[in-house]
Amino acid sequence: MNLSTLTAEYMLFAPELVLAIGAMALLMLGVFVRDHDKAAAFVAPLTAGLLVVAALVAAFMVPGEGGQAFSGAFVFDPLALFAKVAIFGAAAIALLFAVPYLKAERLAKFEYFVLIALAALGMSMMVSANDLIAMYMGVELQSLALYVLAAFNRDSLRASEAGLKYFVLGALSSGLLLYGASLVYGFTGATGFNEIAIAAASGEVSIGLLFGLVFIICGLAFKVSAAPFHMWTPDVYEGSPTPVTAFFATAPKLAAIVLLARILLEPFGAMTDQWQQVITAIAVLSMAVGAFGALTQNNIKRLMAYSSIGNMGYALVAIAAGTAIGLWALLAFMILYIIGLVAAFGVILSMRTSEGMVEQIEDLAGLAQSRPGLAWTMTGAMFSIGGLPFLVGFFGKLFILYAALQAGLIFLPIALVLFSVVSAYYYLRIVRVMWFSDPVVTFVGPSAATAVITNVAGIATAALVIVAPVLFYLAQNAGFGPL
Amino acid sequence: MLSAVTFAPLAGALVIILFKMFSRAEDSAFIEKNARGVALLTTLVTFALAIVVMIQFDPQNPGFQMVEYVPWFTELGMGYRMGVDGLSVLFVLLTAFLMPIAILASWKIEKRVADYMIAFLILETLMIGVFCALDMVLFYIFFEGGLIPMFLIIGVWGGANRVYAAFKFFLYTLLGSVLMLVAMVFMYLQAGTTNIEVLLATPFAAEIQTWLWLAFFASFAVKMPMWPVHTWLPDAHVEAPTAGSVILAGVLLKMGGYGFLRFSIPMFPDATAYFTPLVFVLSVIAIIYTSLVAFRQTDIKKLIAYSSVAHMGLVTMGLFAMTELGVQGAIFQMFSHGVISGALFLAVGVIYDRMHTREIAFYGGLVHRMPVYAAVLALFTMANVGLPGTSGFVGEIMAMIGTFQVSTWAAAGAAIGVILSAVYMLTAYRNLVLGDLTNPKLAQINDMNIREWAIFLPLIIATLVLGFFSTLITDVTAASVEQLLSNYQAALAASAQ
Repeated sequence: MNLSTLTAEYMLFAPELVLAIGAMALLMLGVFVRDHDKAAAFVAPLTAGLLVVAALVAAFMVPGEGGQAFSGAFVFDPLALFAKVAIFGAAAIALLFAVPYLKAERLAKFEYFVLIALAALGMSMMVSANDLIAMYMGVELQSLALYVLAAFNRDSLRASEAGLKYFVLGALSSGLLLYGASLVYGFTGATGFNEIAIAAASGEVSIGLLFGLVFIICGLAFKVSAAPFHMWTPDVYEGSPTPVTAFFATAPKLAAIVLLARILLEPFGAMTDQWQQVITAIAVLSMAVGAFGALTQNNIKRLMAYSSIGNMGYALVAIAAGTAIGLWALLAFMILYIIGLVAAFGVILSMRTSEGMVEQIEDLAGLAQSRPGLAWTMTGAMFSIGGLPFLVGFFGKLFILYAALQAGLIFLPIALVLFSVVSAYYYLRIVRVMWFSDPVVTFVGPSAATAVITNVAGIATAALVIVAPVLFYLAQNAGFGPL
Repeated sequence: MLSAVTFAPLAGALVIILFKMFSRAEDSAFIEKNARGVALLTTLVTFALAIVVMIQFDPQNPGFQMVEYVPWFTELGMGYRMGVDGLSVLFVLLTAFLMPIAILASWKIEKRVADYMIAFLILETLMIGVFCALDMVLFYIFFEGGLIPMFLIIGVWGGANRVYAAFKFFLYTLLGSVLMLVAMVFMYLQAGTTNIEVLLATPFAAEIQTWLWLAFFASFAVKMPMWPVHTWLPDAHVEAPTAGSVILAGVLLKMGGYGFLRFSIPMFPDATAYFTPLVFVLSVIAIIYTSLVAFRQTDIKKLIAYSSVAHMGLVTMGLFAMTELGVQGAIFQMFSHGVISGALFLAVGVIYDRMHTREIAFYGGLVHRMPVYAAVLALFTMANVGLPGTSGFVGEIMAMIGTFQVSTWAAAGAAIGVILSAVYMLTAYRNLVLGDLTNPKLAQINDMNIREWAIFLPLIIATLVLGFFSTLITDVTAASVEQLLSNYQAALAASAQ
């Protein structure tokens, strides 16, 4: 290996390098500032800037044609690029959401922001993983940062419980993932996805390889909180500080689902018939749990947790299609879903009365009269996440239906639309509380940053319909890359 | 041009939203007051634009006119395509005609006026869009999007049981529509485009048609509504504010009939022929059964709602008769029912605004205090019964004769329904208006004021003019209906070989 190939490989890895070095530097910086509040106050914007720089580097500095680095362990392709930009963007938004919240809750510590940067680094490696070991490294880096974030409010019993629960169950799932990876390695003799793909495509599928694949699917299904591995989700969503929940709901889900899609479509693309049934079962279960579980929730964060389980079910339908169309449908769906989530969590973060944060759905009562802007945003977000036209979320669902039907699946799309009707009920419930009831509590004004992000995302849920083709074009480009 | 008609109300809604956004708290009373004016002006402008569309429309041409196209998701075969033909242009006019009336009828709404007007204006955009869309996905977006403002209208400004009614309305219609969405995606995979013009010329295999037809039927039958999926309608009508009921009965129900005309019948002719007996049976049940149910109602709005279901049964019957008279009559009936049932709901609104009850038993002898109102109500009661000289008669007789040509039994059932409609409408009229004024609370009730006159006058004119000059409508629809029928016969002949 000469110097020029080495530089070329590091160029592919540039966004991760920027993030890793930047995060370390910020950590040092924070340590050397005596005053904790002050440290947090200037590490936060620097981290947000770092994430933006990483996204820009990924989009413009890395050679557009991409390639593989480190003997095929790391891949940069349109799919990775798309996912990375989205992950960094979502992480930056979650970070901006956190600043006023942490200040108000007296939690402002600079480690929070560094942890988000490290989690983003882990996710960035996940979506670029082309080797079982690289995959595991990415997953673990991301998970460790998230465990700490979940328990960040360490004086709160609920947050500590959430963090512990997440850690124990997360460790279990990592174990499953690792066990699956070792089985796959044992039966194919390789850890690189390229070699596994050759082994999987060559004739008879050995039962051990199949077992390994199922274990890997289980481990990742835990990360995307698909049923029946969803049990941690409502508790962690409810217990974690709200900006952490907003972060959990967006970037890590995207990273995990993209990783799952890559594993299933690339190394195991030849075994579609085998894993399709597994994914179908998980998808239907998730949609059912998400639709019916949320019906009786009173806490809005728990409701969002079930909603996320259901939406991951829809995303898995796109993966179950097992085609390039399914992949871009997945990407388009996830992006539109995240836009809705940003708007929704922005509103949830604005649910602050003079006594502190409130999280009950009933607390939203009469929002349309007390704070019409927030109410319109939340209405748009709910209908968009629910996949109703004329909001952008509808297109995500439409593309998934298209991908699934195109792949010859009939039962799954019908199940999807039926469950989406059930889940429409609880989105409507939130709209009902906001519009049909009279105000009970008044919220104090949200911080400027939160308000701007929330309203922009809220407007986007409706207005994006017009520019959706651009987004669709990007997703399609990314989706057709690796296949 | 069509885009202008479609999006003019949205522009009005945006004006109100912007005013609301950039105003201080103390201005809110001012904005609430002016929201009415902005909404009325917008709907009148839309109506004027719709009239321009009617003038530009060439009734001799059976194809789509004023077609607009903007690329939009081109890779997926989609596009922003708008256009009208003889089947749809009248519904654009009907919507634009009813909206200013609905806004005027809401003049007395005091609660959250700006939000109310925004919801109505967005709803108008979506409704007109349904009738103009020439792209399947675009159609679905407009069709389904209308649920959101209507949900809010029923839920926020409705009656006592409004939450239940709003949820029932939303979930019922959504459940019907999602299956249609799956069918639409499936059709796209077969045809490679969502352009309705191309799809109309695409033959689908007979066994696929059956399933697609059923999926579309699930959506349109709920929207129409047909027996036995009509149960959301009485609830929604009763709880909705007056203007909401007018729009619901006047326009939203017509989307179902329009859907049959645009999708089910021309795109799946084999399945249509196969399922026609089913539709006839359901229609006859709807006509007779809901007429009997209407007779037993104690709530005026519920009575009119059930009567709507019965009249829509006549429409489906006429549509699926697939004779020229039947289809023309069904379209005529849809248009005239939009006017008449809208007027009836407004008439209920007049006394409801004064007394705040819809119980028939509460009223009686209104003629002594409100002679003008009694006359207006008499006119629309007769029109709903189908008295010659009103537009209700023309539609009913055409649809019945058209059905008679293919099925004597179905036409006979429809005829019984017409008799029953006279029974319940006249009974209700007697109980409301005639007799002695026994309830002391009614002693001070006042007759209609100028605003209410302004609301009813266009409806009265429309009802009578269409009753005498029915060619105003049939001339517009004739060419398109003829083409629809000839394509249908040709498709059946082709698949019979």
